[in-house]
Amino acid sequence: MSDSVTITIDGRNIEARPGQTILEAADAAGIYIPRLCSHPDLKPIGSCRVCTVVVDGRPQAACVKPVMDGMVVQNSTPELLQHRRNIVDMMFVEGNHFCMFCEKSGNCELQAMAYRFGITAPQYPFQFPEKEVDASHPDILLDHNRCIMCARCVRASQELDGKNVFQSIGRGFARKIGVNGERALGDTDMAATDKAADICPVGCIVRKRVGFEKPIGQRLYDTRPIGSDIEEVRA
Amino acid sequence: MGAMESTIKEVCKRYGNSRARLMDMVRDVQEQLGHVPRESFALIAREANTHRVEVESVVSFYAFLTDKKQGRVVLRLCDDIIDRFKGGGEVGAALCKALGIGFGETTPDGGITLDKTPCIGMSDQAPAMMVNDTVVTNLSPEAVPALVEALRRNPDPQALVTEFGDGNNADPLVQAMVNSNIREAGPVILANYRKEGGLRKALTQTPDEVIEDIKISGLRGRGGAGFLTGLKWELTRQSPGTEKYVLCNADEGEPGTFKDRVLLTERADLVLEGMTVAAYAIGAETGIIYLRGEYAYLRRFLEEKLNRRREARLLGNTILGREGFNFDIRIQMGAGAYVCGEETSLISSCEGTRGDPTDRTPFPVVKGYMVSPTAVNNVETYCCAARIMDMGPGWFASIGTARSAGTKLLSLCGDCERPGIYEVPFGTPLGEVLKRAGAEDVACVCVGGPSGQMVGPAQFGMGISYEELSTGGSVMVFSSQRDILEVAGAFMEFFVEESCGYCVPCRVGNVLLRSRLERVRNGEGTKGDLDYLRRLGESVKFSSRCGLGQTSPNPILSTLKHFRPVYNALVKDGGGTVNKSFHIMKAVEQASAIAGRRSEIFHA
Repeated sequence: MSDSVTITIDGRNIEARPGQTILEAADAAGIYIPRLCSHPDLKPIGSCRVCTVVVDGRPQAACVKPVMDGMVVQNSTPELLQHRRNIVDMMFVEGNHFCMFCEKSGNCELQAMAYRFGITAPQYPFQFPEKEVDASHPDILLDHNRCIMCARCVRASQELDGKNVFQSIGRGFARKIGVNGERALGDTDMAATDKAADICPVGCIVRKRVGFEKPIGQRLYDTRPIGSDIEEVRA
Repeated sequence: MGAMESTIKEVCKRYGNSRARLMDMVRDVQEQLGHVPRESFALIAREANTHRVEVESVVSFYAFLTDKKQGRVVLRLCDDIIDRFKGGGEVGAALCKALGIGFGETTPDGGITLDKTPCIGMSDQAPAMMVNDTVVTNLSPEAVPALVEALRRNPDPQALVTEFGDGNNADPLVQAMVNSNIREAGPVILANYRKEGGLRKALTQTPDEVIEDIKISGLRGRGGAGFLTGLKWELTRQSPGTEKYVLCNADEGEPGTFKDRVLLTERADLVLEGMTVAAYAIGAETGIIYLRGEYAYLRRFLEEKLNRRREARLLGNTILGREGFNFDIRIQMGAGAYVCGEETSLISSCEGTRGDPTDRTPFPVVKGYMVSPTAVNNVETYCCAARIMDMGPGWFASIGTARSAGTKLLSLCGDCERPGIYEVPFGTPLGEVLKRAGAEDVACVCVGGPSGQMVGPAQFGMGISYEELSTGGSVMVFSSQRDILEVAGAFMEFFVEESCGYCVPCRVGNVLLRSRLERVRNGEGTKGDLDYLRRLGESVKFSSRCGLGQTSPNPILSTLKHFRPVYNALVKDGGGTVNKSFHIMKAVEQASAIAGRRSEIFHA
């Protein structure tokens, strides 16, 4: 097997290693494919669908699709941008996201994605579901109102912490993140040092008592759009 | 040790305390305790070598599993649109009245729980319901009081069955009032056939030759997707791995489909023969039939078929004297989850986890069940394979069309004289099928179930085939008396109910589609809403991860295409800027309640 393959993304030829996903190959080449559930330290699962690209005419999640020599990938077409916008809108209306009161504001990947896409208000009606807030753990807060079901916490606990604190329960619209305890997060073996405590892209899993240590306005995405770190590789 | 603890220990031991059999464990626990109590999660997890939350994850996923206490008898009324049109709603009301409870509730004495469930595969004898595992068909509101009374006297649901259905439904191990309703037999599946002829013939050939024959025959998957069966078997055979698996998808969940129920009842040996041929071709030693929970009443019958085949050396070691050909089959029960008909979900479920689909790179033919090469085929596909081996690939390919070889089993139901099973050569025009079924006044036909297409008379000349009107078997007929958008609405409800929720577009998009369609149906929509439905539907279709979300907008998209005037009539007054779906009174209701007084401006 050759140690390099060539794929085309939006007409640009890029070199990739066999075994890489389209997303990884694009990142290395400085092409940003928007994503939310994907995280470089975790196995990809393709649940948010924001990274959907068109591969040889078929929609595929770039985070899970391995590269193959000669693949032709479309990433930045008006059609794809519209689908992605729609998906991000769906995430906003399925939960209860109040950016202006959320301690994650400025560091939140969902919020940053919305800004990148120029979303000022969702086009879909808010569903206002009733969700729980689990404050039982001494150091960590679990606010289901802000969950986007990316399952990063599930994977981080298993893959990075060697535990099994989280898992998806229920199905459909009622699906949610469950915890491995009789009642709540406080009953689990989750520790403040767990990687799973810092992996949430939104404000669902946050550390207590540090929410506003860094002022709003000086946070990660306050100064530059999400994805710009990847795009700078190209420059 | 408490009673619950000893039950759980015993159940888990039955399955070798293997985490991969968690589905069976929780099913058995529920069978013995009536539900899977939350207090048992940790115990089951300990015995099955897994985590508490994993047990909760499984129990909360499947509709037939519950952590809430239920009655000794659980009534699950089929809530399919066909059943509704046949009076299911009135039956439901009669049940509520006779029991004195609503849906989702249990009688105060703890005896009977009443629930609804999507299509149970009895659309040709609707309305129907499950009483525990027993199926009761052709219900009427008038019959309900006596039925409830009988259950109160004797909670054994089987006592409700006083007359058996046709064919093997009367078999001592089935004893069901279900009818097979075979209306027309075709040459391939429902014809008289040489028993084990296909298997014997296969064993005279090399596995590669068998695969070649299946390829030449042009056989494509009968579940609906139409993948080439020979190619699937070849890929499974060629994929590296010491263990290989043959899975039979008997999770017939597409509303309006019931042909696999009939095949498992009337052609069980042919199905098993086909699986054995596949095992020989692929080099598999283990097979699994994934039987949907709704068909649990067929389980004992099928188990007995497997036993007979073991005795006849058609299963087990050295099959038909062939040294080195060892193959056996187990039955995996499902528990009420449509998505498990998706092959990767089915595999997850067989592995004892929730039925979330998985990514299809790698495909199951490379890494499927237990991360080993796996061929998943539909019940009907195995029947075809066995017949192809017996009669030859040329014979099979000569039936049907160039791109759709053979015959197709159709489950016809709805507004027609003769609902039931029709085996027709591919290419048969839909109109022809309707005529044979005695459907005269037809406004709309749903071909392929909710995930298929809703078509009108302009499409009746099209043939049943992969290239024209594709279906896994479901053909639902709706007369001009039916509200087509009520049908589409019911289908959207179904998808909302059955989405696994793994990916965003399917989890959220279907909810949004359902409520916007509802708005339009209520006459509160605008032309803009039709555009909204189309664009949103396309996004869900485009972005969803598995076949469920990739097809769930079809009821809306296909009616927008084929029945546009119906929509136009509903939105004709909605051209202006007034949002008719906004009700100020309703909007201030909650605020009024909190304030404890009515609004000064907006009040009745």
